[in-house]
Amino acid sequence: MTMLLEVQNCSKRFGGVIANQDISLEVEQGSIVGLIGPNGSGKTTLFNSIVGYHPVDEGSIRFKGEEITSLRVPQIARLGLLRTFQQTTIYGGMTCVQNMLISTSMRNVPFSALFSKQQGEYEERAEELLEFVGLYQKRRLIAGELSFGQQKLLEFAMALMNGPDLLMLDEPTAGINPTLINGLIDRLKKANEEFGITLLVIEHNMRVIMNLAQHIYCLAHGELLAAGLPADIQNDQRVIDAYLGAH
Amino acid sequence: MTAIGKISVQRLSLYIAVVAFGLVAPYLFPAYQIQMTELWLFVVFALTWDLVGGQMGYNSFGNVVFIGIGVYACAVVQVGLYYDVGAYTAAKGGGMNFVFDSTQYLTGLFLGLPVAAILAALAAAALGTAVLGMRGHYFAICTLGLGIAMGELAGSWEWIGAGSGMTPPEPPDGLGDTNRLFYFMSFGLAIITFCAIAWLLSTRFGLAINAIRDGEDKAEAMGLYTTRIKVTAWTFAAVFLGIAGGIYGNLKRFIDPVDTAFSGATIGVWMILMAILGGKGSLWGPVIGAIVFQVFKELTWTYFLGWQRVALGLLIVAIVVFFPEGIMGWFKEKFPERFGIRVDERLAREEEGS
Repeated sequence: MTMLLEVQNCSKRFGGVIANQDISLEVEQGSIVGLIGPNGSGKTTLFNSIVGYHPVDEGSIRFKGEEITSLRVPQIARLGLLRTFQQTTIYGGMTCVQNMLISTSMRNVPFSALFSKQQGEYEERAEELLEFVGLYQKRRLIAGELSFGQQKLLEFAMALMNGPDLLMLDEPTAGINPTLINGLIDRLKKANEEFGITLLVIEHNMRVIMNLAQHIYCLAHGELLAAGLPADIQNDQRVIDAYLGAH
Repeated sequence: MTAIGKISVQRLSLYIAVVAFGLVAPYLFPAYQIQMTELWLFVVFALTWDLVGGQMGYNSFGNVVFIGIGVYACAVVQVGLYYDVGAYTAAKGGGMNFVFDSTQYLTGLFLGLPVAAILAALAAAALGTAVLGMRGHYFAICTLGLGIAMGELAGSWEWIGAGSGMTPPEPPDGLGDTNRLFYFMSFGLAIITFCAIAWLLSTRFGLAINAIRDGEDKAEAMGLYTTRIKVTAWTFAAVFLGIAGGIYGNLKRFIDPVDTAFSGATIGVWMILMAILGGKGSLWGPVIGAIVFQVFKELTWTYFLGWQRVALGLLIVAIVVFFPEGIMGWFKEKFPERFGIRVDERLAREEEGS
């Protein structure tokens, strides 16, 4: 069992608000791990800490055995750790294909490579992935004019284009048409199995996360409340209390 | 669509027409030679502004810094090769003691321009590293301040003439019409700038600066070297601005630190207007904008003298209200298919085209 991501005793405060308190979690290479918790429980803060948006106050974060606690966002991204945003972010003024082409990995790519012409193999890969998420028809349209759900799919495809080792998804199904959610679950599983991308997923939709994840962590009030297999989490009284409110 | 190898016949004939017109224009309309020279320089200003302002989304009000550096660097090299610069400026433009023969004049000019380019590029690299970390309004205000500061600095530096300005070397009589020389230099520079930017935008670098414009946080999160990309783009623009500045100073025959070299209130704003008028973030937009602007400016300066600023103000209002995306932006909205923006009826790659 090799651990791809190890978060050890991380704490993060914003003024008097304790967003994360002494959180430890591990993501095994090749797995799909879920992160749940009520609104405001510190999930996105933890994501931001991991990818380097803000430093943690205490604790350490290791990726592929390497200490990344004090690295900055682009450096961490180039190591192969990528995240998608809760508020979908795509390059709104460019076409879908262009969005894809500039999303290729910058790992071990020298700066001067930016001055080369676009290569055909990338374009082929971009079209394949756009077909994979169901946006092939719209590939020549301006990404900012797509619907929210389609932008979310595009963002997912861009992440796949980058080919990270670990992809952290912040609520991938929020705002997606319920009939499309099953398709998205399949695609996430396929990305995991076929492309070998380890996933760490924040999700509010219990049906989705229970179907998807092999291991789940639950946060509440900035602290790690429970961890375990989906079935165990589902029946954990503390988790139920946190979501529904204990008496 | 984008590949250079697939230039259409229409497009090729357009290029040929523009170049042909540029080559014969000074012979056909000798009376407008200086205005046309200025026009080609404006094309350079607008194109380079658009690279950073339109394509990368960093609205700079300080590009005059690089023009000004080019203006002074070129003039100083032209003089300094043969005379003491301090003594030259103290004598207010030389007079009888500071005469340049044809060889000296041309040597100075053709050495001065590369020096102007290099110094402007160095300045852009240094300033860019410092100020390109700021975004949006902060960057705009900061660059505005840079332009003003540079004007003040140049205006208090005795060696280059301080507030009373500097005169570039007087062209010797033996050279004939040097304005025609400046015309062809400006025309050549505009063509080179256009090709250089067209090339840059066809590489992955072009996509990278567009990505920074549309979402810098996203670009960072995807691992792009955002700071280096931004500094490189500004430096690239500064090279051409420096050369254009060198020509501009000689064309004007007199360098005032604030009105000629670091003229943020005129050139600095005009270049933005031209880019927005023609269409921000497109290759041809700034070119079209510069042409429309220069024609408009010369017409109002000629026929509505005294009211030219009012006319310019009305033009700005008209642009903002009717063409917020500029002329090219308007076309893109009307005819998106012409720009390759279209739905593909095929659902999958393997399917046959309909």
